[in-house]
Amino acid sequence: MPTENDSFLFPPQASTYAADVDALYYFIHYVGVFFWVLIVAAIVYFLWRYRRGHKEGVGPSHSLPLELTWSIIPLILVIAMFLWGFKGFMTLSRAPGNAETINVTARKWSWNFEYGNGQRLTNELHVEVNKPYKLVMTSEDVIHSFYVPSFRNKMDVIPGRYTTFWFEATQTGEHQVFCTEYCGDGHSDMLAKIHVHTPEDFAKWQKESQVEDTTTPLPELGAKLYNSRACFTCHSTDGSAKVGPSFKGLFGKQEQLADGTTVTVDEEYLRESMLQPNAKVVQGFQPVMPTYQGQLTDREISGLIEYIKTLQ
Amino acid sequence: MSTTTATPVPAADMDAWPKTHYWNATRGLKSWLFTVDHKRIGMMYLISILTAFLLGGVFAILVRLELLTPGATIVGAKTYNQLFTLHGAVMVFLFLVPSIPAAIGNFVLPIQLGAKDVAFPKLNLLSLWVYWLGALFSIYSLFAGAIDTGWTFYTPYSLQTDTAVTSMVLAAFILGFSSILTGLNFIVSIHKLRAPGMTWFRMPLLLWALYATSVIQLLATPVLAITLLLIAAERLLGVGIFDPALGGDPVLYQHFFWFYSHPAVYIMVVPAFGVISEIVATFTRRPIFGYRFVAFSSLAIAFVGFFVWGHHMFVAGQSEFAGMVFSFLSFFIAIPTAVKIFNWTATLYKGSTRLDSPMLYAIVFLIQFTIGGLTGLFLGALATDVHFHDTYFVVAHFHYVMMGGTVFAFLGGLHYWWPKMTGRMYNEKLAKIAVAILFVGFNVTFFTQFILGTRGMPRRYYNYLPEYQGLHGMSSVGSWILAVGFIIVACYLVASLRSGKIAGANPWGASTLEWKTASPPPTENFAETPHIHTGPYVYADEGIEGSRRAA
Repeated sequence: MPTENDSFLFPPQASTYAADVDALYYFIHYVGVFFWVLIVAAIVYFLWRYRRGHKEGVGPSHSLPLELTWSIIPLILVIAMFLWGFKGFMTLSRAPGNAETINVTARKWSWNFEYGNGQRLTNELHVEVNKPYKLVMTSEDVIHSFYVPSFRNKMDVIPGRYTTFWFEATQTGEHQVFCTEYCGDGHSDMLAKIHVHTPEDFAKWQKESQVEDTTTPLPELGAKLYNSRACFTCHSTDGSAKVGPSFKGLFGKQEQLADGTTVTVDEEYLRESMLQPNAKVVQGFQPVMPTYQGQLTDREISGLIEYIKTLQ
Repeated sequence: MSTTTATPVPAADMDAWPKTHYWNATRGLKSWLFTVDHKRIGMMYLISILTAFLLGGVFAILVRLELLTPGATIVGAKTYNQLFTLHGAVMVFLFLVPSIPAAIGNFVLPIQLGAKDVAFPKLNLLSLWVYWLGALFSIYSLFAGAIDTGWTFYTPYSLQTDTAVTSMVLAAFILGFSSILTGLNFIVSIHKLRAPGMTWFRMPLLLWALYATSVIQLLATPVLAITLLLIAAERLLGVGIFDPALGGDPVLYQHFFWFYSHPAVYIMVVPAFGVISEIVATFTRRPIFGYRFVAFSSLAIAFVGFFVWGHHMFVAGQSEFAGMVFSFLSFFIAIPTAVKIFNWTATLYKGSTRLDSPMLYAIVFLIQFTIGGLTGLFLGALATDVHFHDTYFVVAHFHYVMMGGTVFAFLGGLHYWWPKMTGRMYNEKLAKIAVAILFVGFNVTFFTQFILGTRGMPRRYYNYLPEYQGLHGMSSVGSWILAVGFIIVACYLVASLRSGKIAGANPWGASTLEWKTASPPPTENFAETPHIHTGPYVYADEGIEGSRRAA
């Protein structure tokens, strides 16, 4: 996220509304700093000036005009903050009519995007610069939250409901997406990237991404999928147990299942585990893996199996 | 008040150690466990909440240690999630909510009223027992799989996790009753037990603050109880209130939860305002500037605090209209809070100020709590809250209010009333050093988190991007400085019990009633009922003018 154009306090302003949010921030910031310095300076000065033993008499015990003054001035300031905040919020919440819709499904622990043309992506989203998009979001399990710091926008993603998040990116490049509603062990790894392209680059990307990959050797294809489909969130390649069993040394292993039976990890078992993940759950793990039925081609499944075989 | 002769100690013996007092009036463990003396109950609460604070503090240190580096540092993701949940749950339910009211309030409130005890002494003891029962449930949950939901127990995650959510929400449910009983007792005591001549406007400001707090405890806590019971029912019986899989609504839970938990923030912080008023008055030897504004601002905060819960849910899918209303109302909390800060500052004007350790805590409170309050403005404003919600900015804001505010006020109160509670003085030099260390430690730990937040670092993250490591590292170092400060405080306070100088009845030259009886006070507080003729803050050396101003 840190790029040449970010400030000390904020990531870059990469959306149409980011500058307004930051301007409101700095307004409140300087009002706050002013009052804080005023109060602290007064405290320090009074403590020093009126230390015990001074001979300067006694101050007033109250003063209605003074107390009204320091009630009314802050009142005016906070009403200004409220109005500006509300105006900015309406901009953040209301997508322009011409925004292109992308559907988003959140689940433990990945972001799944589906374009109007049926193209699907996991944990990465490719869009055009200076074009409005509207994400229509829902969750398959618990509440998640879609947050893009460099856009200054955020919206919860709730099971059984749809919420929306719109943006128009003003800077090409990669923008970080975080999940900001606590959702369990993989919460802090539930990340995605928004790739903002120029219209030409976007068209190029679209063309390339829609051609099924038939040339990459299977193990290499599997390695790519391991990253792009975020298998790493739950399955390590170094032998450490995360949410699911590690892929290292997995192939050919005898696994004890939750129901007490054992199974040998072969091609058939791995395929079943991707398509019906809760059919045979290894002992000590929760049945939380979502199905990849219809989301992986046969060649991609073979690729993942061949990739797992290489991790001995 | 200056005319009272309300002490069993003759005036000449004001600096002496009383022969019988509430510690030695009766002996044996049973005499403590079954006592109805508000002072003993207060002391047992004090020991209990300090134990909880130690436990919550250990969890906090472990959380910060884990965050020293991205990825695994000392524990796995699941353990980390349990640690931050337990830190929050223990600190909120076992420490912050009962801290000032149940420990300091129980001890001080009846004496400040000029009463022998609270209105319902047996109910008071019951409240302590209920607290202990809730604490036992919490400890049981710790060993029965802990809990990994965050202290907010958000659904549907809390309905699905396999950790000990049911027993932990039952613990919070039980603790709520302890809180309700204390609140009820205080309200009735303040209405019925004020000494003859003590009108409402002659009450010390701590009592106004405790009154406002008690009203919130009484009205808001039952809603939390119902909500937590629904979670338990949903987990045990599968009724579909909150789980969308059963036709429930997970956001409804957030409404219920924050309907209690936002006012609960004021349960935690309004008593701190009361403590600060007492300390500032005593160490400047001046009545609090604008007594009535300060008294009514506590009530105003308590009242408005009930109508702002939706500001926790600006990005939770509630309507823009609801967001607008809650944002607007939230800003109204800023006004009575600002009034208090300005009035305390104005009290220092032409005061006669001494910087003993309780006063140092009060000053640090003013500096830090003002930051906590002002950073709340970013979170009340809709557009900026969208960026900051659920980032470290909120964590920092919350800790500036709860720790920089309430905990420092609690420590100030503890140092202020310590000589009254124990009859002995602590090592003042060490106390001053400890304030400085805690001040530095606190700000190193939490100021960095504001910047983490503006830069977009989400909260409750076990793992984080490498660019955040510098600030996370600094924050962790700050937590070690804080730990050193707390260890020093614990050492000299414990040492004072054995070797501290005899405090005498009124070591600070304070004017409220608790300083007109012996230290430690006798079981019945006063030999004869005090009669009140003036306001609470009248100091001898001000002569006639002082009493006229304060009356």
